[in-house]
Amino acid sequence: MDIMPRSSLMQRLTAVAVLALVPLQTMADEPVEATLDNGLKVVVKRDARAPVAVSQLWYRVGSIDEVNGRTGLSHLLEHMMFKGTPTVPAGEFSRRIAAAGGQDNAFTSRAYTVYYQLLAAASLPLALQLEADRMRHLDFKDDAFKSELEVVREERRWRVDDQPSAVLYESLYASAFVVSPSRTPVIGWMDDIRHMQPGDLRQWYRQWYVPNNTTLVVVGDVDPQTVIAEAKQRFGGYVAQVLPERRPQLEPTQLGIRRITVKVPSELPYLLMGWKVPRLQKIDDRPPYSLYILSALLAGQDAARLPRNLVRKARIVTSIRTDYELFGRDDGLFTIMAMPATGHGVAEVEQGIRRELTRIARDGVGEAELERVRHQIEASRIYQRDSMQQQAMQIGRLESQGFSWRDENAMSERLLRVGSDDVSAAAQSLIDDNLTVVALQPLQAKGKPPAQAELLQGGNHVR
Amino acid sequence: MSVKRYVLALAVLLFSGLAQAVVIQYWQQANGARVYFVETHENPILDVRVDFDAGTRRDNRPGVADLTASLLDNGSVGRDEEEIRATLADLAVSIDGGADTERASLTLRTLSRPAVREPALALLADIIAKPTFPSVVLEREKRRAIDGLKQRESNPGFVADRAIGRRLYPEHPYGNEDRLSAQGIAAIQRQDLLAFWHTHYQPRYAVVSIVGDIGRPGAERLAERLLTGLRNEGPALVAIPAVPPVTPGVVRQTNSASQAHIRLGMPLISRSDPDYYALMVGNYVLGGGGFDARLVKELRVKRGLTYRVSSQLLPMEQAGPFTIALSTRKDQADQALQVVHSTLARFIDEGPTEVELAQAKANIIGGFPLRFDSNRKLLGLLSMIGAYRLPLDYLERYPRDVAALTADQVRDAWRRRVSPNALSTVVIGATATP
Repeated sequence: MDIMPRSSLMQRLTAVAVLALVPLQTMADEPVEATLDNGLKVVVKRDARAPVAVSQLWYRVGSIDEVNGRTGLSHLLEHMMFKGTPTVPAGEFSRRIAAAGGQDNAFTSRAYTVYYQLLAAASLPLALQLEADRMRHLDFKDDAFKSELEVVREERRWRVDDQPSAVLYESLYASAFVVSPSRTPVIGWMDDIRHMQPGDLRQWYRQWYVPNNTTLVVVGDVDPQTVIAEAKQRFGGYVAQVLPERRPQLEPTQLGIRRITVKVPSELPYLLMGWKVPRLQKIDDRPPYSLYILSALLAGQDAARLPRNLVRKARIVTSIRTDYELFGRDDGLFTIMAMPATGHGVAEVEQGIRRELTRIARDGVGEAELERVRHQIEASRIYQRDSMQQQAMQIGRLESQGFSWRDENAMSERLLRVGSDDVSAAAQSLIDDNLTVVALQPLQAKGKPPAQAELLQGGNHVR
Repeated sequence: MSVKRYVLALAVLLFSGLAQAVVIQYWQQANGARVYFVETHENPILDVRVDFDAGTRRDNRPGVADLTASLLDNGSVGRDEEEIRATLADLAVSIDGGADTERASLTLRTLSRPAVREPALALLADIIAKPTFPSVVLEREKRRAIDGLKQRESNPGFVADRAIGRRLYPEHPYGNEDRLSAQGIAAIQRQDLLAFWHTHYQPRYAVVSIVGDIGRPGAERLAERLLTGLRNEGPALVAIPAVPPVTPGVVRQTNSASQAHIRLGMPLISRSDPDYYALMVGNYVLGGGGFDARLVKELRVKRGLTYRVSSQLLPMEQAGPFTIALSTRKDQADQALQVVHSTLARFIDEGPTEVELAQAKANIIGGFPLRFDSNRKLLGLLSMIGAYRLPLDYLERYPRDVAALTADQVRDAWRRRVSPNALSTVVIGATATP
């Protein structure tokens, strides 16, 4: 029902686990894992601070597995997963979870689709039973599909079409990538949504919602072995299935800078720059770690270079952020988004960003600045343990995208080893030939009355 | 050193029968500040929040409360803003400041090790007690605030939220933040911030909430230290007036977005409202309970009219708003509005069914522990208990009082207090005036 929100840099800092500053004995236990005979992986982490649990079922399918003409399939299927099975009628899944005091929802991204419940730990078996049922027995009606299609179109209008920054990001990915399926939006193009057929979803469901494409993550006040036994009982009867072929669809080399202008109603302009960069394929690849640290140095916190130099010193931008995800099944971009301050244009802001990148590429960074970033990474690991959902997210993201929860430590060690030379190499790798620049040009809405001149029809109520 | 007037500790057993307990400790300092503390050592972290009666309801000119709170960490006597930010970054701690309608707050998250915790607390105390609001920084931040306001005005949902707020509280301080304008921000002077800080950031108006890895003596010292630089001076703040009845009205505004954003609302519920539980539980059935709610069933599930529709109650010291919010394709806005009206009218007329009431109670009571399953959530609860002077056994009472409600009580409360005719309506992105 939800599309995954674009994660902020800090969320990603916390999503990648690193060595802790202090001994961890007092904290939650290490995860316990098991793989069922049918390939379904179970990872359970005990955290007994409150008598609750979070359960997340991760399917390795998302918008990058879709083809043109049928974009938005994974997200639409996510909506339809609440529309009933022979034994649990439409709407009944959420009703039963709510009756148990729980909350449930789902989200879709480029690389995965996740269904989750938060509830009293004692009610976890109910969640597993319901998830296991709809994993293989979904049976929605065509009428329900027709109606839900309209809901998703409303969702797209609300989430993308009427949000300038969402249009900006959608345009960036659609322009930066020509071949790679990372180019399409997770929610799908409006026209593809409109033409979707219920049969498309049923086929998608049968192909991808199989045990060997799935990871169950549970964090909470639970006994891991009991949860694993419960999972075996609920999901163990399903058979593994050959997954559809995933073709590489490698993006050809970009042959020069791409510049895009997007004209939408907006009060202010925006600038978004995105470079095609590698992501972690193997644990000992080096450039991704350097890019990650570069992103943190640029805008990881308020004392970082871009907020300090461009927001507070030069005062040419109102806000600025960088985004880079260390690993992922989809193709990655290193992005910088800025809102120019009134009186300053996108060209001036682009020059300012380029100056900062050039300085790092040429001079590297000081040890104190690096040390600060390392502290941030280490501390965020500890802060993250306050939230059970975040702990589960981290395990799921690793497990669903080619890594193991055990890789956390190795990744963190490597992040902490990144030095000044690595960071300048990362800055040097952000070349124009890999760059797409999107400028949002505000379209002033015609005939829009100023806020003070609202048309008032006071004294009467509407009917 | 302050002398504690009294000390009261109370154990609240959540999920009766289970072992986990949340013990809320409370004390009051001689200077009047009230402190709420939950000790928990599972994670080596500490969360601290200081609230003052300095929310936007205290604005003497628009925007002052928010700018004061957000500029506290932009310079103190002895530290400029870059030094403050560098210290925060080096310690890997965060301090966030801001004002909502009722309160201004500063929130600190730090590791509990003394080597990190102590300098972090010293910095927070410094920020609270010795802000300088440098003119140069103020001018920059005013421009950023104006740009930020403009940017949010590109979002029709934000425009709708503000429009209904102005309708419900046309004169009342609860509408201050929705009357904020670029001109208002531009007019703010450094003297305004200093005066506002001086009048409102006083110990007698402070609530300190502490959750985390620290013992009771440490928590007492911490709370003392945070406020040592502040003094109680001048006459006490005037009470926030009751919310006068408003004449319901309609606001329709066109724009170029694809959806219309609709809001309906009225001032309704206070924290001390005798109908508090009946209204809250009823709202779950009407539009607060996700897919259990009638509005979601009628508008989204049955008719596919919207992705998001909900009704919300925001209990405040005086009557906070009851609102219904949704967005839908422009050409079906009137149809959606009709369904909202008929659903609301029917709910008020019939009240919840026994089945609906049982479902609402099961979710609210069964889900109560999810409201404080992390230190951060607990911190929010403590500061709310402090702000509204809720009883310390609030966490225990809440489920009990919900369980005791009958369908008749819920229906009776909604009938007496809410009528579709009493709601104001806002449509941002209207196609035409009907």
